[in-house]
Amino acid sequence: MDINIFVEQLLNGFQLGMLLFLFAAGLTLVFGIMDLVNLAHGSIYMVGAFTAATLTLWLDSFILGIIFALPLTLLFGMVLEFIALRTIYARDHMDQVLATFGLILFLNELVRIIWGPAGLAIPLPILLDGSINLPLGIVYPTYRLFIILIGVLVAIGLYWLVAKTRLGMLIRAGASNRVMASALGVNIRLLFTAVFGLGAMLAGLAGMLIAPINQAQIGMGEEILILAFVVIVIGGIGSIRGAFIASILAGVIDTMGRAFLDVLLLALLPSNAAEAAGPALSSMLIYLLMAAVLVFRPQGLFPPRGG
Amino acid sequence: MVEEGYRAFSGKVMIKPLLKTQNICKAFGGIIASDNLSLEVMTGQIHAIIGPNGAGKTTLINILSGQLLPDSGEIMFNDKIITRLRPSKRANLGLARSFQITSIFPDFSTLDNVVFSILARSAHNFRFWRPTNNDDRLRIPALEILDRIGLGARAEVIAGNLAHGEKRQLEIAMALATQPKMLLLDEPMAGMGAEESQTMISLLNELKSDYTMLLIEHDMDAVFALADQITVLVYGRDIASGVPSDIRANEEVRAAYLGHHEEIT
Amino acid sequence: MLRLMEKATPSSTVILLLLFALMPFLAPILGEAFYVDVFARIMIWSIAAVGLNLILGYGGMVSFGHAAYIGIGGYTIAIFSFHEINNGFIQWPVALAISGAVALLFGALSLRTKGVYFIMITLAFAQMIYFLGVSADKYGSNDGLNVWHRSHFKLGNVNFKIDDNITFYYVIFFLLLLVIYFTRRLVNSRFGMVLKGSRSNEVRLNTVGIRTYSYRLTAFVISGVICGLAGVLQANFEKFVSPDMMDWPRSGELMFMVIMGGLGTVFGPVMGATAYLVLSEILSSFTIHWHLIFGPLLIILVLYGRGGLSGLFGKSND
Repeated sequence: MDINIFVEQLLNGFQLGMLLFLFAAGLTLVFGIMDLVNLAHGSIYMVGAFTAATLTLWLDSFILGIIFALPLTLLFGMVLEFIALRTIYARDHMDQVLATFGLILFLNELVRIIWGPAGLAIPLPILLDGSINLPLGIVYPTYRLFIILIGVLVAIGLYWLVAKTRLGMLIRAGASNRVMASALGVNIRLLFTAVFGLGAMLAGLAGMLIAPINQAQIGMGEEILILAFVVIVIGGIGSIRGAFIASILAGVIDTMGRAFLDVLLLALLPSNAAEAAGPALSSMLIYLLMAAVLVFRPQGLFPPRGG
Repeated sequence: MVEEGYRAFSGKVMIKPLLKTQNICKAFGGIIASDNLSLEVMTGQIHAIIGPNGAGKTTLINILSGQLLPDSGEIMFNDKIITRLRPSKRANLGLARSFQITSIFPDFSTLDNVVFSILARSAHNFRFWRPTNNDDRLRIPALEILDRIGLGARAEVIAGNLAHGEKRQLEIAMALATQPKMLLLDEPMAGMGAEESQTMISLLNELKSDYTMLLIEHDMDAVFALADQITVLVYGRDIASGVPSDIRANEEVRAAYLGHHEEIT
Repeated sequence: MLRLMEKATPSSTVILLLLFALMPFLAPILGEAFYVDVFARIMIWSIAAVGLNLILGYGGMVSFGHAAYIGIGGYTIAIFSFHEINNGFIQWPVALAISGAVALLFGALSLRTKGVYFIMITLAFAQMIYFLGVSADKYGSNDGLNVWHRSHFKLGNVNFKIDDNITFYYVIFFLLLLVIYFTRRLVNSRFGMVLKGSRSNEVRLNTVGIRTYSYRLTAFVISGVICGLAGVLQANFEKFVSPDMMDWPRSGELMFMVIMGGLGTVFGPVMGATAYLVLSEILSSFTIHWHLIFGPLLIILVLYGRGGLSGLFGKSND
């Protein structure tokens, strides 16, 4: 097997993992601390992408586009939280799922009205739109490396936030025991707002980063949402560390699976069986992993509540 | 079931322990809830567990009934090792329990609450066809239990609407209806006023002759009125175990209770 | 209108059933022949909703992936048809058996979890089936698969076709009645009582000696088979299947139908399916952007329409 392809796919896996992490980190925090299942997290991701696309076109700069789109996405998230989500905090999870499901329908349609039904492409700046020569003679797209870099930086930043700051301490307290935290006098309302805002920005950022590759599209949020749920179940609800590790795991398994599973199967099975089974099995791999985790460790790999 | 021999506790008659634990340990993070607990409940006796709050009494009952698994140690019930058996299996073997925080089926009638226990002891529950609401094979035994407990008149009341004391009685009824060999009672008198407590004490006294019991209680009147054996738990450890008069006189127990509870008189 | 949906009273039940029964006659009178199609679709969805309600309403199992079983039922028919096996006596039992088998597998694993984990794992399993459909190039992938011939029931002297829309309409109606009747007997039986008890207080039920897992799994399988039946009917009716029929928005829609109609009542899901589909039809005929109204409507429904579902479920489910 060509080492180039192997490393390339591995890096692609990391890249996917980073995007998943950005998206899932907010989701798992909101879930762990606010006990809120928010299907509309994907809509924030989508709005982030479209906003960045439009701003990039207006400002003629991708970097500027992202810089200005981030606060706008944050604003959007806050508005969403204030208007729609506050009312469902106290509800049980099924109500939350259904209410945010209705929200998705509404937001998808809103985006369709504002931006039209077609996707929106984002052109990359020259700096990012090329390839980089890596050791071992591997050539890899600059932009994808950029995504990995951003992801790692955010991960470090989140780690610092959670482990070293006061807000982070509150987050950790809230994640492991919300009732206790509020009894200790933590301003829960403020904490919720901060956490939600953080999650919204991360989701928006993820959307902005993927847009140059996949275009900003209606319904893009739902695709990644399911994958993100799988990631946070595997990682443990409420755990950022878990989300990070599970995202990388998921990204790598999914990417490598799609790339190499048929090769592996061809070695084991007759060719028509391998050809038929390959694509089906590779898309199912990540769900199989989740099923396995749920069977052997139902609380996830790194539950913040300590099991 | 009645072992006349329990009165001959002075050693003449051999009675076996119906329930026996050996070195049960359970810790939650850094907190030790059960510290090497070894106790025996003799057939036909009421064995009371007392101790201040946080002593690990409810943890112990949860381990005995299967809601929790111990970190180490063994539990024997009726000569069978049940340490890791699931709760439904233990109930099928004859170990029933009632809950400290009332755990009934609030949307069902009082009668139906007991019917669930009747269903549990019947082998034929994968029946998809015949309606249950006029099935006498379920209703009659359930009504008998309710009558014995004193809730017969309230059979058709929705359980959620019962008075607190009645709900506690229903708790016992549900455990009884499974035809157990032994009852694990977790603070049956929780939240009861003086009069209701008296009713419960009389009830338990009546049942004493038919069922072996492990009783967790804070109400000292009840404990000393009912118990044949008392074990005192403090911070998960068994600090004293014996007949009521011995426990009353025990220095360590008095010390543990001073400031926590009414004095043991 | 939302109030109407809260309780399926005997009179509203009868009215709706009569409506179903007479629609083939009423439609031409009203001059809208396509109403027969609309109501056939409503009945098919009603069957699926009754199936989901068994575990959702009565058992408290919030499965967010039941559209997968509809898909399995439908695709089995389509695949058989693709390979030119059109005999209903072969197709239908196999379709139902596969639905049941997959429900058994997924249910056995999912029911080891509860609360939101259960919701997510059922969703993820359904996605697996969805992706299976998408990746099946031979069977149409995203474009779907046509079912050229409806099932043909041929065995010995029996030679029954459902090609005629009116005939098929009544077959669907009959099956709907059958499913409703069967569900009614089930929920009032001992099994049903245990199922309802497991929703009310699962811990207690286990403590008195009933292993609720087996009952809930059985109910899950039955509900999967009923949804499989809906899929079989849909494939035959639309003469087309595609992965969309089992994507997670479909599962969400199914949940909405069950909830709109009334959890834990036998006929409720039928009313819910009717209300949901009629509402969709009406709104979508006004504007292409009907989701803009429909979305918030669903949210309002969740919040206020049934007096809050938390009352029926209680957070203790988690």
